[in-house]
Amino acid sequence: MHIMEGFLPPAHCIAWGAAAAPFVIHGAVKLRRVMREHPQMRLTLAASGAFCFVLSALKMPSVTGSCSHPTGTGLGAVLFGPQVMTLLGSIVLLFQALLLAHGGLTTMGANIFSMAIVGPWVSYGVWRLCRSLGWSIAVALFLGAALGDLATYVTTSVQLALAYPDAASGYTGAFLKFVGVFFLTQVPLAIAEGLLTVVVMNALSSRTNLLEELGLIRSRAA
Amino acid sequence: MIISRRTNVLLVLLVLALVIGPLAFIKGKFAGSDDQGSAAVAASRPDFKPWFEPLWKPPSPEVESLLFAVQAAFGAGIIGYVIGRIHGAAKERETRARSAATHVDH
Repeated sequence: MHIMEGFLPPAHCIAWGAAAAPFVIHGAVKLRRVMREHPQMRLTLAASGAFCFVLSALKMPSVTGSCSHPTGTGLGAVLFGPQVMTLLGSIVLLFQALLLAHGGLTTMGANIFSMAIVGPWVSYGVWRLCRSLGWSIAVALFLGAALGDLATYVTTSVQLALAYPDAASGYTGAFLKFVGVFFLTQVPLAIAEGLLTVVVMNALSSRTNLLEELGLIRSRAA
Repeated sequence: MIISRRTNVLLVLLVLALVIGPLAFIKGKFAGSDDQGSAAVAASRPDFKPWFEPLWKPPSPEVESLLFAVQAAFGAGIIGYVIGRIHGAAKERETRARSAATHVDH
């Protein structure tokens, strides 16, 4: 999902940057509020950011004979809200752009939009939908994290297609081409990310009332 | 607990299978999809040149993989620390609750 440095035309860089900026600022405001309202959650918050850090560093082999990496934004999006993950995901992307030459400063807005905005919001939306259907925490979390991961890569395909429409088949043809590069490779990784998210949430929430305190499930006493 | 201990083990094994499976059964170059995306852009535009270069690049693939490993290790370290802290605190609470309960008995 990283669009490399200099790979989007300047006008697109500015547009995606302008689109992403309000979300990042809102994320910073929301993060401060979460820290104030749940000071005891600081450790869990750190773990959510760290999960994104780990997963986006792991380039894993896939069934297509290519490698790709998960995003790790679903866990924090469900626990603390997608806005918080926009900020934490942006920090991860900045680190990778500056120290790893992976992604870039000019493409930062576009990359934030796919990995730190669309991904977390899709995760959160799927989680809420599944929970409202009465599905279990584990299933809702799995689907949320996995579909958020896939949505990130679909967004990248849209961004590349908008910048580089195909001479013959236009935007649709270009989109299908880029989805072809990303999507199938990503499917098993998205499943792996969904499963890992459930395992880590289980470790974070067992023996504590994390989920009750954040209002994700009704406390048994109430 | 949102899943049973047995399910937990099963999920970890499934993740391992998802990663090891392709390596064991599929022949491929296992190039990164991000770079393939860049290559697809360059292929569709013969005169394509990125208009901006990274400010700094890892000098070799070895240094790059070192930095990725550092990123993953740093994150994994924090997660391990947090889970340890949370479970340690829970244990402490349980012990204290138990000793308080026996105190009342006497």
